[in-house]
Amino acid sequence: MTPGVGTVYRWELAKLRHQKRTYLGLGAAAIVPILFVIAIHFRHDRHGGDFAFSSYLTRSGLAVPLVILLFGAVWMFPLITALVAGDIIASEDHNGTLKTILTRSLERGQIFAGKMLAAATYAVVAIIIDGTVAVIAGSIQSGFNSLQSLSGTIVSAPKGLELVYVSLLVYLIPILTIVAIGLLLSAVTRNSAAAVVGTLMISLLFQLIGILPGLGGLQPYLLSTQFNAWQGLLRTPIDWTPIIRAAWVCAMYGIPALAAAYLVFLRRDVAGG
Amino acid sequence: MTDTPTGPAAPVAGSPSPPAPGSGPSVDGRIAAVSAPPVEVRGLVKRYGQLTAVGGVDLTVNGGDVYGYLGPNGAGKTTSLRMMLGLIRPTEGSVRLFGRDPQVTVRALEGVAGFVEAPTFYPYLSGRRNLELLGAFDGGGAPARIDQALEIVELSHRAGDRVGGYSHGMRQRLGIAAALLRDPKLLLLDEPTTGLDPGGMRDMRVLIRRLAGQGITIVLSSHVLTEVEEVCNRVAIVRSGRIVYEGEIADLKRTAGMTYRLSTTDDERALAVCRAQPGISDVRAEGTPPRISFTGDGDSVAELSQALVEAGALIRALTPQTATLEDLFFSLVEDGAGAPAAPDQPPEAVQAAP
Repeated sequence: MTPGVGTVYRWELAKLRHQKRTYLGLGAAAIVPILFVIAIHFRHDRHGGDFAFSSYLTRSGLAVPLVILLFGAVWMFPLITALVAGDIIASEDHNGTLKTILTRSLERGQIFAGKMLAAATYAVVAIIIDGTVAVIAGSIQSGFNSLQSLSGTIVSAPKGLELVYVSLLVYLIPILTIVAIGLLLSAVTRNSAAAVVGTLMISLLFQLIGILPGLGGLQPYLLSTQFNAWQGLLRTPIDWTPIIRAAWVCAMYGIPALAAAYLVFLRRDVAGG
Repeated sequence: MTDTPTGPAAPVAGSPSPPAPGSGPSVDGRIAAVSAPPVEVRGLVKRYGQLTAVGGVDLTVNGGDVYGYLGPNGAGKTTSLRMMLGLIRPTEGSVRLFGRDPQVTVRALEGVAGFVEAPTFYPYLSGRRNLELLGAFDGGGAPARIDQALEIVELSHRAGDRVGGYSHGMRQRLGIAAALLRDPKLLLLDEPTTGLDPGGMRDMRVLIRRLAGQGITIVLSSHVLTEVEEVCNRVAIVRSGRIVYEGEIADLKRTAGMTYRLSTTDDERALAVCRAQPGISDVRAEGTPPRISFTGDGDSVAELSQALVEAGALIRALTPQTATLEDLFFSLVEDGAGAPAAPDQPPEAVQAAP
């Protein structure tokens, strides 16, 4: 069989299945919703805060994944994503295995593509796990009930479930941009910790720029803002504007990062290991 | 540039070169010569800022050679091998493996395998799983060769264990197994015995000789001189990123002359005769009474023996000391002046007469 990107992709997934950080990230994605629901259960003030869907947390389990999406954007999901994206190239440097795989029968570009797909797959799985656990835990706590949209209309439970999963998909747009940034830092720094922390710092930097006075005009074009694009789905009728903007703004950040990561990986000297 | 190998470590000497993977159309569109040598390096330079790691290496390795690439640590051996495998971009110069450029495409590594520095694997996967990964990356018949490769390096019984628990020697052997998956015609091995215990070193040399016996061309970098002497028929000696000698080991020894030890009835007088005798050099006298040693070729020594008798210093013993590669190496590397340079060649690029 002729090896190709698919070969690298399958083996990268196999390698991820053998690494603790994979389970650390996926475990966090699964445990956080459970802890969140436990916190709701024991909360004395049952009227909620002043953020989107907060008042619905005790009335519909479907509000739980949406609130976690809201808060996870600050650092949790970027960190979970960066855990693998920042490591997937740098770990080869750490283990000295880049020279081992680059002297077989696959071009560097194929190896990069396989790694990129594997890092993206992990991020998708993490978000889906998080959302699914949140729906189940939330429904156990608050029931599988209808949900009030951001426009005030009532959405039936099945329709609400559909909207939750479409929201997760929209949420993947900025998440995949984080994957691209993680890959770039992984290729450039050749150090897993530096790449993971660096990716998180970039994500936090966007948040910081977003709250700085006088920079409000930049808000729609910040990566951090795109983590809220899914809220357009929870309006009646659906507001596609933030979703479309998320697509092109994220492409603006993600594609150059990915191209730079690719070029660095393609041209770099493999002198260590 | 090089001849058909004649050394005992290359039993395929005189046989035609193995089919060159590069004998088809080359990647740059030109037709690679059917007889393209396994390795052809021209003017290879690698600079890191002000530091020149490799300063213009030329070498040719022919089919069936067991080629020693010898030099002290930091001489640029590993950097050269990395450039040969396409891992590092040369600042200048070119590498051709069976006529193909490994900088252009990994397809130039078809029929080529090996490792630089210590072979490395994923520590959280078993030895077999690592080989399965590499076999999948190789494609073709590589996955089917895993069991055989593990048997050859005698690792079948530990193949299910995680590589993280392997000893250094086991990793070295797994490195050879990983190389054998590619059914190589050319093996590039960077200091394969480094860090092994004496038994492991012996086993590795036996393995290398066995592989050479199967017609595989081998390039072996080393700073262990006896190792190169034992398994290689040709050698390049590298110093500070430059080749200071390239040729057959037998030629190197012959060209460098022979060291003799002398004992006579009057060593004081013999010492004076030796120092005055044309063709005799590097005369040394150590201890009391002096133990005399000198270097000279056969004819000069014959004339010396006559001169000694005429001077009244009768010979008790005149013993030729076979020069080891180590002696030659240090004469080349330490001062450069001892290099057996042909008069018409620059001292930095000595070539043995065929």
